[in-house]
Amino acid sequence: MQYGKYRFIVGFLIVPLALYGTFVISPFVQTIYYSFTDWTGVSPEFEYVGFANYEFLLEDDLFREAFFNNIVLLVGLPVFTVLLALLFAFLLNVGGTGAGVRGIAGNGFYKLAFFMPQVLSVPVIAVIWTVIFSPESEGLANSFLGWLGLGPYDWLASPSMALYCVLWVLVWGSVGFYLVLFNAAMSSVPRDIFEAAFIDGAGRLSTFVRVTMPLLWDTIQTSWVYLAILALDAYALVFVMTIGPGGPDNSTQVMALRIAQEGFQNGKAGYASAMGVVLFLVTLVIAALLLRATRRERIEY
Amino acid sequence: MNAPRPHSRRIFLRRAGLSTLAVSGGASFLTACASGGSDDEDDVSGGGEEQTAENPFGVDAADPLHVVIFNGGYGDQYAKFHEGIYQEQFPDAQIEHEAITDIRQQMQPLFNAGNPPDVLDNAGAEQMPISTLADTGQLTDLTDLWAADALGFEGMTVEETLHPIAIEAAEYADRPYVMNYALQVYGIWYDRALFDERGWEPAQTWSEFMDLCETIKSAGIAPMAHQGKYPYYIQQVVLDLAVKHGGPEVAYAIDSLEPDAWQNDSIRMAAEALLEVKNGGYMLEGTEGLDHIQSQTRWNEHKAAFIPSGSWLENEQAQVAPPSFETTVAPTPLLEGAVLPFDCTRLEAAESFIVPAQAANQVGGLEYLRIMLSRDGAREFTELTSAPTVVNGAAEGVEASPGLASSLALIESGGENNWNYYFRIWYSPMAPKIETAVGELAAGRISADEFCDRCQEAADETAADPATQKRTRP
Repeated sequence: MQYGKYRFIVGFLIVPLALYGTFVISPFVQTIYYSFTDWTGVSPEFEYVGFANYEFLLEDDLFREAFFNNIVLLVGLPVFTVLLALLFAFLLNVGGTGAGVRGIAGNGFYKLAFFMPQVLSVPVIAVIWTVIFSPESEGLANSFLGWLGLGPYDWLASPSMALYCVLWVLVWGSVGFYLVLFNAAMSSVPRDIFEAAFIDGAGRLSTFVRVTMPLLWDTIQTSWVYLAILALDAYALVFVMTIGPGGPDNSTQVMALRIAQEGFQNGKAGYASAMGVVLFLVTLVIAALLLRATRRERIEY
Repeated sequence: MNAPRPHSRRIFLRRAGLSTLAVSGGASFLTACASGGSDDEDDVSGGGEEQTAENPFGVDAADPLHVVIFNGGYGDQYAKFHEGIYQEQFPDAQIEHEAITDIRQQMQPLFNAGNPPDVLDNAGAEQMPISTLADTGQLTDLTDLWAADALGFEGMTVEETLHPIAIEAAEYADRPYVMNYALQVYGIWYDRALFDERGWEPAQTWSEFMDLCETIKSAGIAPMAHQGKYPYYIQQVVLDLAVKHGGPEVAYAIDSLEPDAWQNDSIRMAAEALLEVKNGGYMLEGTEGLDHIQSQTRWNEHKAAFIPSGSWLENEQAQVAPPSFETTVAPTPLLEGAVLPFDCTRLEAAESFIVPAQAANQVGGLEYLRIMLSRDGAREFTELTSAPTVVNGAAEGVEASPGLASSLALIESGGENNWNYYFRIWYSPMAPKIETAVGELAAGRISADEFCDRCQEAADETAADPATQKRTRP
C-alpha cells in the first residue's frame, strides 16, 4: 500500500486530532490568552493588562501558602503510595512462606479489598472520611483511638493536622490502583529470578530491595510522575472535605482550589487563568525533573 | 526537464480545499472562545406595547419569558404560582421555567454569549458574583419597577411596600439593580418547648447569658453549638454583639472599608465575649468540625441549647426535628454599655432576583418581579416556605409556625433598629479571610486582639486593591 498511504493515515487521524485540538489544546491556549486580561468571567467585555496578573501573583500570600501545601502533598503522596503499593504487591506475589515463590494466603481477597476505593467517586470518599474524622469523641476515628487510650483529636478541624488528613485520604484512595499496577508488573517477572535469590539465601527484605525494585523501576518511575501530578492537581477532595474550604486557617489551601475561588467566586477569571498557567508550568517542570532524576538503564529480561 | 507530475491539478484543488477548510474552521473555533463576542447594549428590550395601568412596563403579550429559579431551601413551588399569575395576564406568552442548583455553571455561558434568562434567582453556593455583574452593567435598572403601582396595595408604589433593608440592599451606585425577595432574620435559635419544660428564658444581658450557660451546662446540655465548617454562622453572632453595642456605625465603617473599622472597641468586646463562651467550655464538643446539617441535627437532638442561624432553619430541619420541637429565635444578648435595645437583630434581604440587561424580554422580567412583590404573590411565598418576604404586611393571615412567628415578631419589634451589612457581597475576596479569622477565634486559637488585627489586615488589603470597586455607607 504505497500509494495513498499517508492519505489513509491522515484520514483516520483527522477526527481524533480535531477533537483533541478543540477540547484540550484550545482551552490551554485560551487560558494563556485570558491570563493577560482582566476578564471577570461574567462579561464579554474586558481589557488587556499585560503581566499585571503575574506580578500580583508573586505577591499573593494565599497562593504562596497554597503552593507550599501542594509541595507537602507532592512529597508525601508518591512516597507513601508507591511504598505501600509496592509492599503489598510484593507480599501478594512473593511474600508467602513455605516452599516455592508464591504470595501470602488470601491473595484474591486482598486485591479486591485494596482496589475498592478506586470504584468510589471522590465526593463519596470525602464524605465518608469527614464522618470518620469527626472531632467529637464519639466520632469513628476518635472512639477507635479512645479504646487505645489516645485522646480525642480535632483531625480536619485542627490547622496542624488537617493537611495530613487530606494526604492520608489521597494515599488511601490511590494505593489500590498502583497495587494492581505493580502486581501486574511483578507477575511478568520470571519466577526463576526470585527462586535464584531465595536459593542464594536472600530474605524477604533483601529480595524486595535488591531484586524487585530494580526490575520494576520503569513502572515505579511512571507511577511516581502520575502521583506527583495528582498531588499538584488535588482539588475535589479538598473542596468537599475541608473546613472553609481551604482548611482551618488556610492550612489545606491548594493551588487548584485558589483557581476555583478566584475565578468563580471573586469574579477574577483573568487572574485565575494566570494561576492556571503557573500551575501548568510548575507541573511540566516537576514532571520533567522527576523523569530525568529517576532515569535508569532499561533492564531486559 | 521533469515530466509534469501526474494528477497535479487534482493535488492543487485538494490543497486549496483543505486550506479553505482550515481557515473557516479556524474562524469558527475562534467564535467558540470562552468569552464570546460582545453585542451592543440596547435600551430595555422586549415589550414595545402601550404602557397602561394594568401593564405599566408595556409588556408584549406574545413575548416568551425565561425564568430560572435556585432550587434550594425555598424550593420552586412559589415560582410556579407567580408564573401562573403572569400566564393569566398574558395567556399567549410561553413561559420557560427552570429550577436548578448550579446557577453559575449553567448561567455563566449564557451571560457570556449574550442571551441570559429574563428572570434569574441568583442564590446558593454556586451563585454568580452579583457585585461584578452590577459593576459590568449586566443588570437592568429597577427604578421603573420601584415606581410602578403595587398589586394588592391600593394607592402605593412597589417601593413603598418594601422593607427599608430591601431598598438598601438593592442599590449599587445609588440605583436599584437587585430585588432581594426573602427577609432573613438572624439570631440564636432554641427550642421553646425545651426551655419551657426546664423553666429557662433567653437572656437579655451578657452576664445573664453566661449564668444561663452555666445552668444549661450543669443540666448536661451544651449551651451552644455552631456550624464549624462554615464560620459564617458564628461570625453573625460576633458582628451582632458588636453592632448592638456600638450602633450601626460599626457596620457602616466595615462596609465602607474605613481604616481601623475592625479595631473598634465593640468588635474587640464581641470577640472576647465569644472567647468567654469557648473557654468556659460552653461550646458543644467537636462543633468546630461539624457542618450545618450535623450541628443543627445535634441541636434538634437537644445536645445543644442554642445555635446561630437564620429564619430558613426551621424549614431546613423540618425532616429531622422531632414534632414537639418549637424552633424559636432569640436576639443576641447585650454587651455591657450597648446602645441598641435587646429586641433587634440583623435582617438580610436575601434570595436575589435580577433581570439581566441582555435578557430578551426585560419588561416581562420587570412585570414578573412586580407579581412576586404583590400581596398575593408574597403571601403565597410565606405560606409555602414559612419564611418572611420583604413585602411589609404580606404575611398577615398566614398560619405561622413557631419559627415564622418569632421571626415576624422580631422584624416588627426591631423596627428601624434592625441592621444589615454588605461587605460579603461588595468585597467577595475579603469575606473568606474574615471567616477564616472568625473560625480561629471560635476555636479559641487566637486572642481578640489577633482577631481584630487579622480582620483589619484583610480589610486594608481589599482597600488597597485597585481592581475592587469601593462603596460607602450609609
